[in-house]
Amino acid sequence: MTATMMDSDSAPPRETAPGQSELSETIFRGLCFGAATLLLAALAGVVISLAIGGWPAFRQFGFGFFTSSAWDPVQENYGAAGPIVGTIVTSILALIIALPLATGVSVFLVEFCPRSIAKPVAVAVELLAGIPSIVYGMWGLFVLAPWFATHVQMPLMMDAANLPDWLSALVAGIPNGANIFTASLILAIMILPYMSAVFRELLLTIPAQVREAAYGLGSTNFEVVSKVMIPYVRRGAVGVVMLGLGRALGETMAVTFIIGNSHGFPHSLFDSGSTIASTIANEFAEATSDMHTAALIALGLVLFILTFAVLAVARLLLASEKH
Amino acid sequence: MDRALRRKITNSVFIGLCGAATLVALAFLVMILWSLVAKGFGGLDAKIFTMTQPAPGSPGGLLNGIVGSIMMCVLGMVLAVIVGILAGTWLAEYGGKTMYGQIVRFLNDVLLSAPSILVGLFVYEILVKPFHGFSGYAGGVALGLLAVPIVTRTTEDMLTLQPNTLREAGMALGAGRGFVIRSIIWKAAGAGLFTGGLLGFARISGETAPLLFTSLGNQFVNYNMAKPMGSLPTTIFQFALSAYDDWQRLAWVGALLIAVAVLAVNIVGRLVARETHRP
Repeated sequence: MTATMMDSDSAPPRETAPGQSELSETIFRGLCFGAATLLLAALAGVVISLAIGGWPAFRQFGFGFFTSSAWDPVQENYGAAGPIVGTIVTSILALIIALPLATGVSVFLVEFCPRSIAKPVAVAVELLAGIPSIVYGMWGLFVLAPWFATHVQMPLMMDAANLPDWLSALVAGIPNGANIFTASLILAIMILPYMSAVFRELLLTIPAQVREAAYGLGSTNFEVVSKVMIPYVRRGAVGVVMLGLGRALGETMAVTFIIGNSHGFPHSLFDSGSTIASTIANEFAEATSDMHTAALIALGLVLFILTFAVLAVARLLLASEKH
Repeated sequence: MDRALRRKITNSVFIGLCGAATLVALAFLVMILWSLVAKGFGGLDAKIFTMTQPAPGSPGGLLNGIVGSIMMCVLGMVLAVIVGILAGTWLAEYGGKTMYGQIVRFLNDVLLSAPSILVGLFVYEILVKPFHGFSGYAGGVALGLLAVPIVTRTTEDMLTLQPNTLREAGMALGAGRGFVIRSIIWKAAGAGLFTGGLLGFARISGETAPLLFTSLGNQFVNYNMAKPMGSLPTTIFQFALSAYDDWQRLAWVGALLIAVAVLAVNIVGRLVARETHRP
């Protein structure tokens, strides 16, 4: 379509026609091209500026930057292992919680929900995505964390003697509700609407004949969904998972409020920790030295590479599903 | 157990679980909105819009944050709309099918979900560090960069929806390609482009992370964008994590204001979008 339209440019221009000046055509086209290139430049700029800004930290600490969990602005000794592990653990936990929920929501809306309420319910779920991150953070800190501390952490601690060792190690921590697990919970709520929206669109692309054929063979709803529909969109479904993961990795404010912000490795699910994004948000404006700033920007580069890889795979999988 | 019965039971359990998942999602929406209203509504009075942020214990409002947020969002939206509509137009009308076009589209999609805090770091490196100072301009540029991919995406989608006969009709009259796009296609897609802008605005008006180290914050009302500038989200961040009850109350009021604004814009955007999709 576009190609044939472009060819018609070669017709000789008539001077009386409106807006026909060669110059204005070229300028407009150039402006559009420039804007598209600006997008490309912005993304390149992000990578380059992070690489340059973080370079002093990489040079100073070498590979140890990724393996050490020291974070000591006084001694100027920085290691990123704590935030990196925190980022990956919270994101994967969030995914484990959000994936079954997102699948349930999208299957319910596509297959089981009465037509008349499907649309408003879908909109309501998508509104969850519209709530700003900082509101999730406040809600997490003032509502979810205290509830979690009183109703989950305290009873578990009281009962610690009766728990198997591995479980009590997993739930050890200060019962203030600000920990890795509650941060993952908030993240799960935040990525749920994105995942269910994309998943729902995928399920809607399945041709009606495919489902009808399965029902015609006498399959139950469960069998149609689990053996026909989900396998039909499996590449896209993996894309949905990666998209959710990409969102969770970079989420900042909500996590900063509720993760407890302690450096070093988290030792249990209910231990406080930090993520790359929360560390940058907390410390960047008050970084005490050039090396501190460089270490934080180096963390940013790590986050960029993580999310870029995950999002790129997600987009490629989703794009391949659509054709 | 009878096989048919077992399949029936599995099926009912499955339907029940799917329904339950939906209820859980809706319950979270209701709980969050309820907390906002319960904790924020009571503090909503005229002082919020007329006074700047107080010292702990004295009366005050959120005026400095509201003014700063509006100014930086307006700057961000102006940048995003100009760049986004032009870039989206290029993708839809000129080079979207070329290799370069596909790369731009792909990277735009990545930028769409890239962590906002990294955009903040980028703007810090190019606008704050070289000029030795946090500023409203830097904040506005960071917000603009976050809204651009959304505007670009919707622009491309909306222009692609316009029938080719429109373009052919314009060109048959002898008008140039750019002229046809500007005066016919953009006009026909107007409501859709407006939706893109609204979605972009909804995305950036609650953004906090990139403002923490671009505009920094300012406890006084400031109309000079070359100086550090307050914003509603950064004020909420500071107040919510403080130890003072009255600051925390103000943070809830601010959170209520932002959430209501963002949700309202989202809903208006949806209504406009529905209007345009109607044949």
